[in-house]
Amino acid sequence: MAIDDHASRTTSLDEGPCTDGLSRRDFMQAGAAAGGGLMLSLSLPFGNSEAKAADAFVPNAFIRIGSDGQIVLIMPYVEMGQGTYTSIPMLIAEELEVDPNQVRLEHAPPNEKLYANPLLGVQATGNSNAIRGAWQPLRRAGAIARTMLVAAAARKWNVDPASCRAQSGEVLHSPTGRRLKYGELAADAARMPVPETVALKQPQDFRLIGTPAKRLDTPAKVNGTAVYGIDVRPPGVRIATLAQSPVFGGRVKSMDDTAAKAVKGVRQIVRLDDAVAVVADHMGAAKRGLAALVIEWDEGPHAKLNTDDIASALEKATLNPGPVAQNIGDVDKAMASAATKVEALYQVPFLAHATMEPMNCTVHLRKDECEIWIGTQAVARVQAMAAKAADLPPEKVIVHNHLLGGGFGRRLDADGAVRAVQIARQVEGPVKVVWTREEDIQHDMYRPYWFDRISGGLDEKGRPVAWNNRFAGSSVIARWLPPGFKNGLDPDSTEGAIDLVYDLPNFHVEYVRLEPPGISTAFWRSVGPSHNVFVTESFIDEMAAAAKQDPVAFRLALLDKSPRAKAVLALAAEKAGWGQPLPERAGRGVALQSVFATYMAQVAEVEVAKDGSVRVRRVICAVDCGIPVNPNTIQAQIQSAIMFGVTAALYGSITIKNGRVEQANFDTYQILRMNEAPAVEVHIVQSRESPGGMGEAGTSAIVPAVANAVFAATGKRLRKMPIDTAALK
Amino acid sequence: MAFAIKVNGTTHSVDVDGDTPLLWVLRDVLGMTGTKFGCGMALCGACTVHVDGAPTRSCITPIDSIGKSEITTIEAIGETPAGAKIQKAWLDREVVQCGYCQSGQIMSATALLSSKPHPTDADIDDAMSGNICRCGTYVRIREAIKQAASG
Repeated sequence: MAIDDHASRTTSLDEGPCTDGLSRRDFMQAGAAAGGGLMLSLSLPFGNSEAKAADAFVPNAFIRIGSDGQIVLIMPYVEMGQGTYTSIPMLIAEELEVDPNQVRLEHAPPNEKLYANPLLGVQATGNSNAIRGAWQPLRRAGAIARTMLVAAAARKWNVDPASCRAQSGEVLHSPTGRRLKYGELAADAARMPVPETVALKQPQDFRLIGTPAKRLDTPAKVNGTAVYGIDVRPPGVRIATLAQSPVFGGRVKSMDDTAAKAVKGVRQIVRLDDAVAVVADHMGAAKRGLAALVIEWDEGPHAKLNTDDIASALEKATLNPGPVAQNIGDVDKAMASAATKVEALYQVPFLAHATMEPMNCTVHLRKDECEIWIGTQAVARVQAMAAKAADLPPEKVIVHNHLLGGGFGRRLDADGAVRAVQIARQVEGPVKVVWTREEDIQHDMYRPYWFDRISGGLDEKGRPVAWNNRFAGSSVIARWLPPGFKNGLDPDSTEGAIDLVYDLPNFHVEYVRLEPPGISTAFWRSVGPSHNVFVTESFIDEMAAAAKQDPVAFRLALLDKSPRAKAVLALAAEKAGWGQPLPERAGRGVALQSVFATYMAQVAEVEVAKDGSVRVRRVICAVDCGIPVNPNTIQAQIQSAIMFGVTAALYGSITIKNGRVEQANFDTYQILRMNEAPAVEVHIVQSRESPGGMGEAGTSAIVPAVANAVFAATGKRLRKMPIDTAALK
Repeated sequence: MAFAIKVNGTTHSVDVDGDTPLLWVLRDVLGMTGTKFGCGMALCGACTVHVDGAPTRSCITPIDSIGKSEITTIEAIGETPAGAKIQKAWLDREVVQCGYCQSGQIMSATALLSSKPHPTDADIDDAMSGNICRCGTYVRIREAIKQAASG
C-alpha cells in the first residue's frame, strides 16, 4: 500500500473543486441525531458520471481501478492517528472483494459534493463519525463496483453473472475455472450499467470487518519516511516563523527589524496587521530573527481580560433561563417534593490541543494560482478560506493534503492556512510557515470554558426524582458551522448533557450560549461530551453518595430501559474487581456514557499521595461500539483517549491574564508521560448494531471516572478541572 | 560559517551560524525530515537523534558542538541491531497512531536497548519519560520495548 500525497488534481475524479465553498452548507439541514452527535442530511452522489478516463473503471468517487490492475481507494477521511486509513479501506475492500494490501490510498481532493461526511454535511474528519458516516455508503461503493466487475466478466464469458463470484481482486467463473483480474475487466466494467440496488453482506459473512487488521500506515511511520505537512519541501522553499499579537485582538503598532535582518539566513520580514513573520533559509535562522525583532503591540480592547472574568460571566449566565435542550416531566414539582436535594456548580477550563506536529502550512502563491501543502481535517474548508485570503476563486487553489501529526480538532480549522497565505502574498516563491510551540499553544483556538449549575432531588428511598442542569459556554458550532446552531442550541454543546442513559422521570436541561471576548473556541477531542460527561457522571456520583448507595449499584438501578449501557457498566465493574478493598488513599471511580453512538463504561483506579498528587494506576474500559470494524484500532483509540483525558484531568488548563495566554510550552502545558501512564484494559462487547464513533469516547469518560475515584480515595468532590492537588493534601 | 558533520555515515558540509540547532540543519538544510520538531526546548523528545550512540535532543544541540561525532537519525537507525529490533517490535505491536513523535520514541528506545538489553519497567520509565506522545501510545511502547528486549 502506498499513500499518494498529491490528490488535489486527481484527474479522473475531480469534478473541479467546489466553487461556492462554505456557502454550500446553507441548504443542509441540521438537527439532533437519534444516536447523538451532529446529523445533517446530505446524500452522497453515486453513478459513473465521473468515469471519464477510457481505460479506468471509476464506478464512484471512492474507487478507481486502472487497466494496469492498480486499485486505488480515495480516502474522504484523513489519517491523524485514529486508524481511519485502515478501517475505511476495510469497509470498501470487504464488499469489493480485494485484500487491503492490494490497494493504494489517495487523499480525497477538496470536493464537498463528493466527499462530505454524511453525518456532518461537510468534508471534514471529526466528531468521531468517519466510520458512522462511511458504514453504509462505502460498503455500498464497494458492492457497486464488484457487481459491475462481475457483470463485465459474465458478459465476456457469456455466462450468468450469478455463476460468477469475486475474490481477491479477480472474478471467477466456478463451473469452468475461468478467472479475470479486475484490471483486465476495468475497461468493460466502466461500460456496465450502474446497479440501482446492491445487497450488502450480512455480518456473519464478513471476512475483514471485525478482524484485528494491521494498520496500513505503520511502516512509513517507524522509519522516518512518512510525510506530514511540516515535512514538505517544494523546490526553493523558504522557512518562516511568526509572532501573532500576544494579546487577543491586538495589532502591530511599530516594529524595528534592523537586528533581525542582520541574522545570517534571514531573507525577509513580513509585517501584517496583527502579526509579523520572519522568512529565512531555515527555521533556526527564522527563530533567531524573530527573537531579534523589536515589536510594539497595540494591545486593543482585551488587554485587561482575565480567566476569572470569563468564569464569573459564565457563572452569572447560569442564573438566567436559557433555551431548553431537553425536558422530561415536571422538574420543579418533583424537586419541591424531593426528600433530599443536591446542588453543585461545575466548571471546566479552556484547553489547547497541543498536537505534536505544530501548526504549519506551506504556500506557493503565483500570479493567478495558489498551491498549498498542509495536513488538515477539513481540506475543502482550507481551500475555500485560503481562496478568500488569496483573493482567488477556489478552483485556483490547489490543496495537497498530508498525514496529520495529531488533529484532535485543531486541524478542523483553517486559520493556519489563512495566515500562511497572508504571509505568502508578500513572498516570492514557496514559503513554509511553521509555528513555534509557544505560538501553537498561545494562538490555539481553545476547548471552551464551561460552567454548570446543576441540582437533583432524591425520594425517601434514595431514588432520583429530579435532575435540573443549566450550563453556559461557547458554541463552537455557531462559529464553525452556523446552520447547525438553531434556536440557541446546537447538537455538540448539548451532547452528553441530554439523552442520558438513566431513567430520570423529571429531567430538565438548558444551555446558555456565551462567547468569551476575543477568544476563539474550537472542537477538542471528545467535543461537547468532554465537558458534559464530566458534569453528569460526577453529579450522578454525588447523588449516589447523597443516597448512601454504591455508585455502580445506584447507576444499575436506573438502567432497565438501556440494556447496552447496563451491560457495559456491569462488565467494567466485574473486570475492575469493583468492591474489592484498596489501600488507604486509593480509590475506584466509575463513569458511564452513551455519546458518539457508542456505549462505554470506565473504572479508574487512583492513588492520592500525601502531597495531593494523583496517580491513575489502572483503567478498565468496557465498550459497546456496535459492530467492531477493527478491534485493534478500537483498543488503541481507547488507550489513546484515556491518556488524553488523564492529561486534561491532571494538568489541562489554559489561563488568560491581561489578554494573554499564560502557558507556552510543555513545561507549563504539561502532557502525560510514560512514567505516569496508567495500565489500560479494554473489553469490547460483541454487537450487531451499526458501528459507533471511537476516536473520542474514551476521553470524555475517563475524566469523571478519575474524579469519582479521587472522591472514593479522599472524600473530596472535584467540581472543577484540572484537579487541584492542594485541596487533596 | 561552514561545518562538516557526519550523518548516517555520510559527511555533509553546511554553511550556517554555529549556534544553529542540529535539528534545523537536518530538516531544512539537509532535507532529512524524519527527525521532528516538537517544542524547541528539549521538553518533548520528538527531535531525538543519536550523537555517538547517545540519545540527544537535536533542537537544543548547536551545530558547532558536534565536531567529529557521528550522528545517527531515524532514517538509518534500522541498520543497527537494536534499532532493527525496536522497529520490528513497533510494527508487531502496532504502536503508532499519528506517528509524529515516533521517530523520537524509537531513537530513545533504541538507545535504551543498546545500553540495557533487558530493561526493567523503571528503566523504561527513565529512558522514555522525556518523549511525549500526544496520542498516548505509552501502553504499546512499553509492550514493544519488552518484546524487543526478549527477541
